[in-house]
Amino acid sequence: MRCKEAVMKRKQNPLLTGPYLVWTAAFIVIPLILIVFYGFTDADHHFTMDNIMRITDPVTLKALGLSLLLSALATVICLILAYPLAMILARMKNGASAIITTIFIIPMWMNSLLRIFAWQTLLERNGVINQMLAFFHLPPQHLINTPWAIALGMIYDYLPFMLLPLYNALTKLDWNVVNAAYDLGANKRQTFFRVIVPLTMPGIVSGITMVFVPALTTFVISDFLGGSKVLLIGNIIDQQFTQVGDWNVGSGLSLVLMVFILISMAIMQHYEKEEEGAANIL
Amino acid sequence: MKKFFTRLYVVLIFILLYAPIGVLIAFSFNNSKTRAKWGGFTFKWYIGMFRNAEIMEALRNTLILAFVSAFIATLLGLMACLSLNRMKKRKRSIVLGILNIPMLNADIVTGISLMLVFIAFGQFLSRYGYTIVFGFGTVLLGHITFNIPYTVMSIMPRVQGINPSTYEAALDLGATRSEAFRKVVLPDILPGVLSGFLLAFTLSLDDFVITHFIKGPGFDTLSTKIYTEVRKGIKPEMYALSTLLFVGVLLLMFGIEKGRNARKKSQQYH
Repeated sequence: MRCKEAVMKRKQNPLLTGPYLVWTAAFIVIPLILIVFYGFTDADHHFTMDNIMRITDPVTLKALGLSLLLSALATVICLILAYPLAMILARMKNGASAIITTIFIIPMWMNSLLRIFAWQTLLERNGVINQMLAFFHLPPQHLINTPWAIALGMIYDYLPFMLLPLYNALTKLDWNVVNAAYDLGANKRQTFFRVIVPLTMPGIVSGITMVFVPALTTFVISDFLGGSKVLLIGNIIDQQFTQVGDWNVGSGLSLVLMVFILISMAIMQHYEKEEEGAANIL
Repeated sequence: MKKFFTRLYVVLIFILLYAPIGVLIAFSFNNSKTRAKWGGFTFKWYIGMFRNAEIMEALRNTLILAFVSAFIATLLGLMACLSLNRMKKRKRSIVLGILNIPMLNADIVTGISLMLVFIAFGQFLSRYGYTIVFGFGTVLLGHITFNIPYTVMSIMPRVQGINPSTYEAALDLGATRSEAFRKVVLPDILPGVLSGFLLAFTLSLDDFVITHFIKGPGFDTLSTKIYTEVRKGIKPEMYALSTLLFVGVLLLMFGIEKGRNARKKSQQYH
């Protein structure tokens, strides 16, 4: 077997390897190098840190802070909402489980802009929710163009992305291990936090990344539900490219954003590895 | 009691997910200019949508783009898997890591970086008298790029599961290399290839952020069209479009689910 693999490995066909390696270089590696180049240079291609330091501008800094806060909030709420649901779905009988889970995943496949547009319709000054309040003779509420509206949009948009990996992890979970924990005298809380959560850690980690990264970098949700009153870091970067036309500043801010993405990924990977180790010992 | 609360919880989340979609559907039949009031039942927004040449053009662009980009990305992904499988482990993990960047990176960064590279290529080519026009071509290249990691992800497990002995047995028994590939290797990896294609197709249909940066003026997909229309203000045609897209997704998902069940059943009988 090993010998045969060695034989196969020697036959590298350049026609097979060539196209996608060229593609990867042209459309993945060079583009990233360009962002770094633009981020660290000015209009005359001289080295500068000004683009990166633009993050300390009060408006930009506020937008970054709000992005971090709202995306962290949305991620935590998604996790709290989705975990019990994933547990309920995973413990259902085989036939029902698949169909009902499909029902909860379907909104994920609908155009996400239209789903956020739906919340605009609900939250507007004359929107559905305020109409309902008026029907009960309650005063109208200022709902849209607030940070809360954006957080709600994030939770709604990304909930299926949290649910799916959690559900997959929980269906793979060996419930005999859970029962063993009960038999050995663990109470419900202990079993949940010391057996179920560690064993489904890969699902939790991929759910968190699938919600946090897009929420941190979104500009559509804040465009639709924040008006132009609430700006996220995504909006500032988008404006630099599509309205201001300053690619250097836009690239510099993107680099700052990428640092936060990399930090969150590193933290997540650390947890995933740690729990895998623990699971192996089990 | 516990059963009651679990059911209540499932129903509440179901309402949270579907109520906004229900509102979109209801408004698509609303015969009133202001969306706040119910003015009777109508199909006029649907008719208006089908008569709107820009929306129809965007729909056509979206479908062509999804099909072509998924096809090319699947082909490139398959080639990548076959050659990665023969690489040394270290080299393979480096190439796979780079290949996965568009999947892990934020869409806004991928979009911006592609925009910058198209501008740079354009400047380079202009020396030789060529120009790059932002439009279908650039968007297609972008969609293929972000689709490749997903097709690789679907196809790779199948390729790794191939037993090389069967391929060699086919060669020993007198098959040419292309025959051995088509008749022995391909049937084994076909399910991965198909699911990779479907995944790429749906991702391309749904993309907004990357397209937004590399589309250029005058070219629109459904997503970018929705974005400009919604920012302009009330457009009841958008409600009609939402309803049709939702019904489309619903039919597709249940079709896939049914197909999967049928396959499972037929496998049980074997």
